[in-house]
Amino acid sequence: MQYMLLIYDNEAEMLGRRTGSTDVMMAEYREFTDSILKSGNLKAGDALQPTSTATCVRIRNGKTLTTDGPFAETKEQLGGYYLIEAKDLDEATKIAARVPSAKSGTVEVRPVRVFAG
Amino acid sequence: MFDGRAPGLSSGAVHPGREAVEQVFRQERGRILATLIRILGDIDLGEEALAAALEAALAQWPGEGTPANPRAWLIRTARNKAVDQIRRRALLDEKRAEMESEAALDREGGDEIDDEVAVRDDQLRLIFTCCHPALAVEAQVALTLRTLCGLETEEIARAFLVPAPTMAQRLVRAKGKIREARIPYRVPDAEDLPERLDAVLAVVYLVFNEGYAASSGAELIRRDLCAEAIRLARLLVELLPGESEARALLALMLLTDARRAARVDAAGEMVLLEDQDRSRWDRGAIQEGLALVEAALRAGPPGAYALQAAIAGVHARAARAEETDWREIAALYGVLRVANPSGVVALNHAAAVAMAEGPAAGLRLMDALAAEGSLAGYHLLPAARADLLRRLGRLPEAAAAYREALSLVGNDTDRRFLERRLAQVSPARA
Repeated sequence: MQYMLLIYDNEAEMLGRRTGSTDVMMAEYREFTDSILKSGNLKAGDALQPTSTATCVRIRNGKTLTTDGPFAETKEQLGGYYLIEAKDLDEATKIAARVPSAKSGTVEVRPVRVFAG
Repeated sequence: MFDGRAPGLSSGAVHPGREAVEQVFRQERGRILATLIRILGDIDLGEEALAAALEAALAQWPGEGTPANPRAWLIRTARNKAVDQIRRRALLDEKRAEMESEAALDREGGDEIDDEVAVRDDQLRLIFTCCHPALAVEAQVALTLRTLCGLETEEIARAFLVPAPTMAQRLVRAKGKIREARIPYRVPDAEDLPERLDAVLAVVYLVFNEGYAASSGAELIRRDLCAEAIRLARLLVELLPGESEARALLALMLLTDARRAARVDAAGEMVLLEDQDRSRWDRGAIQEGLALVEAALRAGPPGAYALQAAIAGVHARAARAEETDWREIAALYGVLRVANPSGVVALNHAAAVAMAEGPAAGLRLMDALAAEGSLAGYHLLPAARADLLRRLGRLPEAAAAYREALSLVGNDTDRRFLERRLAQVSPARA
């Protein structure tokens, strides 16, 4: 069964960090990614550019509206994701707890929907 | 494939009436449902299959006699009904997942059905699933009462003073999440067990307290909640004999529930512990509770439930209120404050100190607690302060504190008690 791990963290704080601590975090992410690659749980994963690069698109009354910025103003922002294979929610949450950002932000675990046929 | 006679009817079997069938069913329901949920991997499927099996039993047992092993008969019949159901659905939409679960069903032998240990393990698995931390606490409580205690949705709704459709929705959502997010039916690994068991015990104690909190209205159902909580704790003690906190929680609930008859007077008014007619306490429950506390305390450093049970035990041992060992209780609360820091524990500690060392010492602790603000909005803090001020003869201050408590109190029994006390400390009107 596949789960999406959506990684939310305080972007302003992340960007304000000193280079040294960013390097530590990058190293932790590399190590974590390697470990779930080796264990066979990793399906996909990416880090995203900050919300300052985000653009929202909506169609209203037949017109396409394009606006600057993320969908919602929140304290923590979506900064990346992993798509993983896990046998059940317990295994998925255990993996989520090892995502380096779980210590400062939040990792949301969402089962991937499977459509029949 | 399905043959109702399959498990064999004993020759010269009893031919039960409808009521007898329903009685067997009531006794076995929880155990059967837990096994069906494990086999079928889904609560809804388990409940549907169980209902179908009851129907079959009502149709067959009165004519053909009660089977030798009613539980095995019911499980096998329910399972076969579920296989039919899954096959029908699979033909309609060819769902791969359902075919897989059917394959799993075919692999399930019949042997484990008669196995008492396997059946008990199924109940344990189900408790951990219902009390899974990925579910909201209200949902954990509702699911536990529905699946393990067999309460109807309407009964749970009334007990928690929630509209029935709200409760039904809560159950549907929780069952949906178990299914879609694949919350496993499994007893947690040793490394996760302590934390997960804490969550289970918290749900059981919540059910008990919901039942114990005297409030008008649905009182009978609330009493059932206490009985169900005690039943669940007994089950946990039986299934996890090495877990002393489960034992301690059972002790705590037995010792608390033992006072039930003395807690309310003939007019339905609340009676304080110190004023209770102790001859009305349930001696059997106290004996059992005290033995369990001792076992839990012997098992190692006491947890929060063991300490609370030990406190309840000190009260239970005092034949008269004046004989209560308040120093022991204050000391136990002191340890509990460290093990389980909370405003309510700190308040109880202060109240015990007041009894052991005098109202002034207790009042100092309560004033500090009030200043700290963690219990803001909780009526029992001003109520307890009022009581100490009354004992110290500081009546105008006591009256002010009773008024503050009255402005915060939610339940009618407590309100009437506070109003009586306020009248006692207020100067009589001319």
